[in-house]
Amino acid sequence: MDQRVILQEQVREAYAQSRVLHIQGSGSKAFYGRRVRHGEPLRMRGHQGVVDYEPSELFITLRAGTTLQNLQAQLAEAGQILPFEPPFFGAEATIGGTLACGFSGPRRPYAGSARDYVLGVQLLNGQGEILRFGGQVMKNVAGYDVSRLLVGSLGTLGVLLEVTLKVLPRPEQELTLVQELPMAAAIIQMNQWAAQPLPVSASAWYDNYLYLRLSGAAKAVEAAGRKIGGEVLSAADAFWTDLREQRHGFFQGDASLWRLALAPASPPLPLPEPTLIEWGGGQRWLRGHQDAAALQGVAAKYGGHATLFRGEDASGEVFHPLSPPLLALQQRLKKAFDPRGILNPGRLYAAL
Amino acid sequence: MAGDGGSGQDAFLDALRAALPDDALLIHEEDLHPYECDGLSVLKALPLAVALPHNREQVQAVLKVCEQFGIGVVPRGAGTGLSGGARPSAGAIVLSLARLKQMLAVDTHNRSARVQPGVRNLAISEAVRPLGLYYAPDPSSQIACTIGGNVAENSGGVHCLKYGLTVHNVLALEVLDASGELLHIGSQAPDSPGYDLLALMMGSEGLLGVVTECTLRLLPVPENTLVILAAFSSVVAAADAVSAIIAAGIIPAGLEMMDQLAITAAEDFVHAGYPRDAAAILLCELDGSEAELQVRLHAVENLLEEHGAGSIRIARDAETRLLLWKGRKAAFPAVGRLAPDYYCMDGTIPRKRLAEVLEQIAAWSAEYGLQVANVFHAGDGNLHPLILYDANIDSQLQAAEAFGQRILELCVAVGGSITGEHGVGVEKLDSMCAQFTPAELAQLHRIKAAFDPEGRLNPGKAVPSLHRCAELGAMHVHHGQLPFPELERF
Repeated sequence: MDQRVILQEQVREAYAQSRVLHIQGSGSKAFYGRRVRHGEPLRMRGHQGVVDYEPSELFITLRAGTTLQNLQAQLAEAGQILPFEPPFFGAEATIGGTLACGFSGPRRPYAGSARDYVLGVQLLNGQGEILRFGGQVMKNVAGYDVSRLLVGSLGTLGVLLEVTLKVLPRPEQELTLVQELPMAAAIIQMNQWAAQPLPVSASAWYDNYLYLRLSGAAKAVEAAGRKIGGEVLSAADAFWTDLREQRHGFFQGDASLWRLALAPASPPLPLPEPTLIEWGGGQRWLRGHQDAAALQGVAAKYGGHATLFRGEDASGEVFHPLSPPLLALQQRLKKAFDPRGILNPGRLYAAL
Repeated sequence: MAGDGGSGQDAFLDALRAALPDDALLIHEEDLHPYECDGLSVLKALPLAVALPHNREQVQAVLKVCEQFGIGVVPRGAGTGLSGGARPSAGAIVLSLARLKQMLAVDTHNRSARVQPGVRNLAISEAVRPLGLYYAPDPSSQIACTIGGNVAENSGGVHCLKYGLTVHNVLALEVLDASGELLHIGSQAPDSPGYDLLALMMGSEGLLGVVTECTLRLLPVPENTLVILAAFSSVVAAADAVSAIIAAGIIPAGLEMMDQLAITAAEDFVHAGYPRDAAAILLCELDGSEAELQVRLHAVENLLEEHGAGSIRIARDAETRLLLWKGRKAAFPAVGRLAPDYYCMDGTIPRKRLAEVLEQIAAWSAEYGLQVANVFHAGDGNLHPLILYDANIDSQLQAAEAFGQRILELCVAVGGSITGEHGVGVEKLDSMCAQFTPAELAQLHRIKAAFDPEGRLNPGKAVPSLHRCAELGAMHVHHGQLPFPELERF
C-alpha cells in the first residue's frame, strides 16, 4: 500500500517541531549501529508492494517496506535473483532496512555490493520533501548519485520510500567444494582463484576448511569444479544461508561480534582466534571482548576498518573512526539532507 | 591573458606563478586556445589561465591560491568529454591533470592498480594484461580519455552491461577539496565506514573535488571471447531480439545496436564487413570458458533466428572481433563524415520503449530536415542519436539543439534520463530542469555546498540554478507524470 502521504506528513510535522524520528522497518536489524534513545517511530512496514517489475529490463521498483521474502519470491518466479544476496536477520526484514544498513551477502566480492545494484530511489529528506534520484535505467549520470549515497547511511540522510534495483538471472547451476587448508594458505588460495576467470560466487574459511561456491552455466561450473578439486559439499544451500544469516556455529552465543573489512589478500592478523573469514579474505569475523582501538589499528594497517557488529555496549561509537576532515564533511552532508537532525540522529556516529 | 586584467587579477597570477614551476602555468592568449573547449567544440571560452601541475603538491598549491583570491577552478583531463564539462567557466582557471600520469602501483594479490588521474583508460588494461588482468570500463574514447575524467563522468563502455560502470570498478580515491584539503575516500577493503562518498564522487563532473589518485579494481581476462554480428530488417525486430536474449537468462559481455545510417557510415569508414542493406545490426559479445561459450552461442543463435535475423556472422579470432568492434567504436567519427557537423545525444530509455522513441525521432528528423544516425548500447538502454547538420547554414545549429532537447525530454517522458554517460556539463543544464523538480535541484545544490561552500569548483556546470529553470519555463515533463502529447500517436 502506498503510505507516502502519511509518512510525508509525519516527517513534515517532526521537522516543524524539531522532533527526532526513529525510522522503523521490522526491527530485524535493530542490533546494528549505535544504541540511541529512541524518538518517535516512523513506521515503514505498511509502505510496501512492488511498483514495477520488468524481468527482461533487469530491474524491479518496490516500496521500502516490502519484505525481502516477498521480493525474492517475485524474482524467483521469473528466474531472477538479487545479486548481492543480502542477509535477512529476521523473517520480516524489509528491503528499506537492508539498504539502509548496506548489507550484502556471500556473493558480494564476486557480484558487487548492495549499493552497486541500486539504480534509483525516492526519498523523504529531513524537511519532509519527496525527492527522486536515479531511475530505472542502468546508466544515468544526471545529478549526483544520491541513490547510492543513501545505501549504508542508516536512515540518517533520508527516509527511503521507494527503490529500484538491478536484478540478474539466477545461475543455472551451483556447486560448493571443500578443501582442508590452514588459514594463511586458504587466504592465498582464495585470492589466486579470484585472479583467474573462474565462476566463483562465494568463499569462506573456518576451522581449517575452505569453502568455495561456483555459480553459472552448468558446463562452466563443471569445468571449473574439475580444475579446482576438493570434496563436494552436500546441503550447500543450507551452509551458505546459515553463514549469511549468522546461524553458523561460529556465530552462536552472546559474545560480541566484530567485523573486520580488509584488503582481501591481507595475511592472518595477529589477533585472538577464532576467526571466520568470508568474501575471499575481505570480511573477517571475531568473537568476544576486544580492545576497539587496537582492533581498529590492525584493520587500518591492512587498508580496512573494524566494526562492533553485535553486542557489548553499543552506546559509544561502533563504527571505525573517521578522519577529522571526512567527519566534518559528513556532518555538512547530514545537514544538507536533514538540517534539524531529526532522522535517526546518532545511529551511525554520535556526530551525525 | 584573457579577461580585462586589473590589479586583483595580476596579484592572483603572480601568486600562481610563485606557487608553480615556470612550465606549469599558461597565461598568454595564444597558449590558452587549446583549452577553450572539450569534445563539445561548439561551446568555447578562454580561461583566465591554465595550470599544468606535475604532482599533488602543486595541485594543492593551485587550489590554495585560488581559494585565497576567490577564483573558480575547472578541472580537466584529456578534454574528450562531450557535454562541455571542461569548458572554461567565466573568470575561472583551467586545472589540467594531464601531467599526473603515473601508474603508481599494481597490487597483484588484491587485484588492484593505483594510478594518477591523467593515466589513459586503455593504458591501464595494457599494463596489467601480462598478469592476466584488465580494467573493465571501456568507453569508446578509451585510447585518449583519462581515468580522472572517467571518474568525473562515471563512464561506462560497451562492456558495462556485464561488468559495470566506473562506480562499480573504483575502490578508492584521493581527492582534494576546493580548499586543497586532502581526503581519502574508500579503500581496498569492502564497504567503507560512514557515508558512501565514493559513489557520490562518481559522475560528479569535477564539482565536488579534484581527484589526484585512483585505486581501481582489476578483473581476470575472460578465457574466451566471441562476437556475433546479426542483421535485421527492422530496428523493432533487433530490439525484440535483445529482450529475448536477456529474458533467456543470458547477460552478454556487450550488446550493441546500430541503425541503417550508422551502419553505412561505419562500413564506409572502417570496412568491418557490416551488411549495408540491413535496417539494424546487433553486435553481441559472449565470454567465458570454451564449454560455456558453446552452449551460450547456440542459445543466442537460436534466439536471433527466431526474431528474424537475416544473416549471422561469428567472429572467434581476435582480429575479426576487433574489426567488428572497430566499426562500432568508430561510429561517431564515421557519422561525422556524412555532414559538416553532428550533434551527439546521450539519453537513456527503458529498452522496451526503443521502437516508439526511434519512430518519434524519425518523425522529428523529417520535421527539422536533419538526418539522424542512431547508435544504441542496447543492453543498457543508452541511446546515442547523432543529429547531422551544417553550422554554416543559418539556423541549422539552433535547429539541431532544439531537436536534441526534444529527444532528451522524450527520454525523460518514457522513464529514462537525459544523460547515460556523457554528463550534463554545460550542454544539458536546461534538460536538467525537465528531469528534476526545484526541490530536487535544491537538494543537489546543498550537496555541492557541503563540499564546496563557495561554489568554486567547475562553476556553472552540471546542476542548473533554480533561477535558470524558472526562466526557461520549459514544459516540465517530470518522470513521465505529465502526458507527452506526441506519445499517444504511436
